Amino acid sequence: MESFFARFKNVLVLVVVLLVQTIGLAVQVRRPVAIGAPDGAKVTLLRSWVIAAITPIERFFHGIGYNVRYGWSNYIDLRDTRQKNRELKDEVARLRLEQAQLAEDALQGHRLQALLNFQRNYVTWTVAAQVVGTSGTDQSRVLYIDKGAADGLKVDQAVMTPDGIVGKIRETFPHTAPHTAQVLLLNDPTSGAGVLLASTRIRAILKGSSGGRTVITNLTPDSRIKPGEKVLTSGGDQVYPRGLNVGTIESITPDPEHQPYTVIQVKPSTNLFQLEEVLVITGTQSDLPVLAQKDLAQGAATAKEMAAAKAAADEAAAEAAAQSAAQIVAQKLPSIHEGEAATNADPDAAKPTAANPAGVIPKPLPALHPDRYTPGTTPPASSLTPGAEHGAVTYSAPSAPRPRAQQTQPADGEESTPPTADAPPAAKQKQAKPENESPNN
Amino acid sequence: MPSLSYTSRRELEEHSFSPAVTLLVPVAAIVVQVLLSKLYWRFSMLDLPLIVAIFFAVSRRSPAVGTLTGATIGLLQDALTGRPIGVNGIAKSVIGYIGASIGVQVDVDNLTTRVVMNFGFSILNSLILFLINRRLLGQEGLHLQWVQELLRALANTVVAIPVFLLLDTTKRAE
Repeated sequence: MESFFARFKNVLVLVVVLLVQTIGLAVQVRRPVAIGAPDGAKVTLLRSWVIAAITPIERFFHGIGYNVRYGWSNYIDLRDTRQKNRELKDEVARLRLEQAQLAEDALQGHRLQALLNFQRNYVTWTVAAQVVGTSGTDQSRVLYIDKGAADGLKVDQAVMTPDGIVGKIRETFPHTAPHTAQVLLLNDPTSGAGVLLASTRIRAILKGSSGGRTVITNLTPDSRIKPGEKVLTSGGDQVYPRGLNVGTIESITPDPEHQPYTVIQVKPSTNLFQLEEVLVITGTQSDLPVLAQKDLAQGAATAKEMAAAKAAADEAAAEAAAQSAAQIVAQKLPSIHEGEAATNADPDAAKPTAANPAGVIPKPLPALHPDRYTPGTTPPASSLTPGAEHGAVTYSAPSAPRPRAQQTQPADGEESTPPTADAPPAAKQKQAKPENESPNN
Repeated sequence: MPSLSYTSRRELEEHSFSPAVTLLVPVAAIVVQVLLSKLYWRFSMLDLPLIVAIFFAVSRRSPAVGTLTGATIGLLQDALTGRPIGVNGIAKSVIGYIGASIGVQVDVDNLTTRVVMNFGFSILNSLILFLINRRLLGQEGLHLQWVQELLRALANTVVAIPVFLLLDTTKRAE
């Protein structure tokens, strides 16, 4: 027996080592835990020891690098600082105007939400942290930050940058490394987040892939979903507050393994491969934060001022336009009677005055060949007899002959034309009386 | 004066290392790997702990020690990830065992041997990790991306040659 162990010592060591690790793996994955969930107590213990040993070294080297970068960027590399400052001031001014434009809508939205008793969580407390290390392998996308349980961080708190969400706290180490936390990135294969497509309002689940990409795989083909559409957090996962930026849709392809689903690749709004500083969301509330309320109020006041200024400007422009129109009328109308104007004794009479801004309205020239349409040829109403026909009430041209007369009196020798089909009957009746029989003519 | 009689290649070329080197070099490999990955994310393709595990295995030429060294380095590496602990441990245990077994048979100080060995072990490491993830951890959607794994093996080989030369200076003859 002794010679057996001596002979197969190496193989036995290998088998035992593999067996122990396989059993350890089985224990860790035995429970149906949620994706990205923290470890059990025994696993955390081993992990804590290693992290407690490694992170101080990482922190030391990170500190050196940070100080070098800080010294370079703040004391040496100050070229174009004034220019950047000017640009930033311009941007602040532009953003203030944008804020003022959006403030009214935002306030109205809040009022409507209050009316509908709509609950929404706003990010109120965050902890800024610096990334001190990574997992060192592309099989697991995790980061280590220099804030931990001692700074109020807890498992499943969302981690973000000003550009968008990054991931969530996967593990804290309160006993061994109180100032270190492990962050599970969005593009880790075990990561997941509830998202909302901004324009179509379709809810989905965002996952990481083994290649470090972020994809949505639980949607069927939909023609409304287009590349370039923004993706926001939906808040349904109880980790990420609603409405935070996630990224934009990059491509949509059919999933060959899970038909009829599609693989929607999302480009994260934050560069997950090059993170230096992050914000951990440690608290939310249903009301707007005080600072945000002040900003909104300031924006609304600015919007009112802008509206008042705009109204005043519009009024002044309208007055100017009215004056301009009066002047145009005054300049153009006299030009009709240029011939008369030369003979007029008082040429200034046509000019607009304060009492009569349009000036004197000129009379039309007398007709060269007066007819029944000429003004003044219609008899006054007092001379007309009620019920009697009047020569002026004719509706059609006098040359149109009567069709019936053409049929019944063919021997008259009148030159006839076919009746017009579209003439109304009343008009035909009226045509029976020729125009030249009118007593007025 | 005692007479030395070498009965095998293993006894002729077996090396040992000081406890400080045995302890610090794997830790340094893990720390440098982490720092490089943070510096530029594409460096996460490298696997410095694997290179160190191969070096210690082929230098000591003891499969049992190679297995234990590989397992320890792999477990340390796993502890820094967010994955179950033991994935890299199993892979590097197997590689430590095979590396030490090969070291008994061939001249591992030869440059060509080192190139082939590192390339082959890198591919083997990727294959074992894929099998563990797919079969033991049930990640059915995982696929082996051969091009990426070949590039990874190539990168590891390029880095392994100077690292081996550097670590050769820490060898202590028996």
